[in-house]
Amino acid sequence: MESKNNWKAWLYLAPVLILLAVFTFYPIINTVYVSFLKDYNYMRGTHSGFTFENYVAVLTPYSELGGAMFNDVMKTALPNTLLITIITVPLSIIISMLIALGLNSIKVLKKLFQTVFFMPYVTNAIAIGMVFSVIFSTDYGIFNNLIGAQHLSWIYRTGQSDPVNYWRALFAICFYIVWHSLPYKILIFLGGLQNIDAQYYDAAKIDSAPKWKTALRITVPLLSPQILYMMITSFIGSFKEYNSVIGLFGAKGGAFDANTGPSSMQTMVFFIYDQVAKNNVHYASAASLFLLVIIMIFTLVQNQVSKKRVHY
Amino acid sequence: MAKQEEYKFAADTSDYVLALSGSEASTAQKEKLSKVAHIVSLVFIYLFLVAMGIIIIFPFYWMIITSLKEGKEIQQMQQTFFPQVIRWENYTEAFKRLDFGTLLRNTLLVGILSTLGTLFTTIFAAYAFARLNFKGRNLVFAFLLGSMMIPGEMMVISNYISVSRLGWTSSSNTVGNFAAMIVPFWVSIFYIYLLRQNFKQIPNELYLAAKVDGKSDWEFLWKVMVPLAMPTLTTIFILKLMGAWNSYVWPNLIASGNRNIFLITNGLRETFSTADNPNDYGAQMAATVVVTVPLLLLFIFFRKYIMRGVGRAGIKG
Repeated sequence: MESKNNWKAWLYLAPVLILLAVFTFYPIINTVYVSFLKDYNYMRGTHSGFTFENYVAVLTPYSELGGAMFNDVMKTALPNTLLITIITVPLSIIISMLIALGLNSIKVLKKLFQTVFFMPYVTNAIAIGMVFSVIFSTDYGIFNNLIGAQHLSWIYRTGQSDPVNYWRALFAICFYIVWHSLPYKILIFLGGLQNIDAQYYDAAKIDSAPKWKTALRITVPLLSPQILYMMITSFIGSFKEYNSVIGLFGAKGGAFDANTGPSSMQTMVFFIYDQVAKNNVHYASAASLFLLVIIMIFTLVQNQVSKKRVHY
Repeated sequence: MAKQEEYKFAADTSDYVLALSGSEASTAQKEKLSKVAHIVSLVFIYLFLVAMGIIIIFPFYWMIITSLKEGKEIQQMQQTFFPQVIRWENYTEAFKRLDFGTLLRNTLLVGILSTLGTLFTTIFAAYAFARLNFKGRNLVFAFLLGSMMIPGEMMVISNYISVSRLGWTSSSNTVGNFAAMIVPFWVSIFYIYLLRQNFKQIPNELYLAAKVDGKSDWEFLWKVMVPLAMPTLTTIFILKLMGAWNSYVWPNLIASGNRNIFLITNGLRETFSTADNPNDYGAQMAATVVVTVPLLLLFIFFRKYIMRGVGRAGIKG
């Protein structure tokens, strides 16, 4: 029976394992390999030896030292990605938690609110990005109308406006990313809230603790597993931000006033795909490994922190 | 004397009554106060939720009304919150410029074929992990889950090299182009995980009963387990279709500008790539409505299935 099941099990697993081997495991190894190749031609598979030059080109902060991609990565993609992460991750976690706490303490219209707050999840990131770009339009945008500004450029420069200030563009993309990332987080937090034992609240009621204190002292600590999970996943997610940039700023990632910051909203993943499309797969590979290392470091650090801070 | 006693008694009781009603009043007051506090906090919670709800809804609302406006109205200094003249022609224009028929055909072809493939591989693998005992089962499963940590960008690069070498990216090879958009997506570790959890909940007694009836493992899988896991399979089907509808990066690399094999999102971005032309906003927003509405319809009809899958998602951000 045991041995019979053995080969049968592997037969059932065969389609998955073959596909994974070809399209997941081999590519991981190959990408590492390609990132060390000199003058790699991906169609013919030829190269002229091994080198660290790809990493130098992508990661050196000085163009004089061979940082050929200095403008694209160190001056643009990395600062953009870091700023987006630092701004959107805490903001979206705090807002979604407040909404989840609110939803958890009401009964009337709860279903309706839940449905409304989930809607951004089932949208096409690029389509809605285009909607936001109309909302933030320079000359006829409703956002400028609402804040009482005229010809203020957020996304595109038009005839009558100044060049786009980087920080305004950053505001627009962060606004959009937070908007788009709320539903998933609200869903996870609501799930966590529903699992909290009612005993804790009864105890707080007997002590006649005020509501905000109950929320801060009981609910938030008990939600800490969800908060940690959200921090890790949204950190990874925001480090891979790509579709939102394409939706909001178009396929080129925008063009901003270089005196105010990076000249476009291209992110790390944007850089990687851009290099693939330009047939520079060796640069793309080096950058993707860099991405992997950053993601792993942050995940490890957060895991360490969580060992001290998370109450299970 | 007796009367005096009576008076005294009466006075006593009235004292009691007074004292009692006094303490009653204070607790009633307290209750009232906490009730007021409760109502006030509820009002604030509702105000907050309504405000956030408006921010969430507004882009949808703005998309729809802009899609019905004339260019002239869009270019007024003061924006209007409802179209003065409703212009349905924006939609005819959007459909025509998108070449919607081709985009829809391509997206459905890729979506359905990649979904069917995924369902098959997922059912087999989940069955093996949930029901069959074999050496290294836990090790392989842990290995698969671990590989979900690796950023997908690393695979995209090498997969692009692979399909290019196979000639699947050349613009004359339409079948190859579609194969490149379908075959690499025939497997999903997350869905294997999801279905395995579901399969594991099916009681062992059913399996033993089927064995007694002389059913083979194969028959048990298709006649008992798959029908029982239909809700999860529906979830996978819907999420996967939505994935094809929303995918942009990979088809963009494969098509490299060849409109005939664009999926819907590529078509949308490419058609309205010109930066800032307010005359175009009407048709552009009509096109985004056309892309968004099918997703919202799926959400309305399959809400339960979608939320179930998303709620359990591990890596999805």
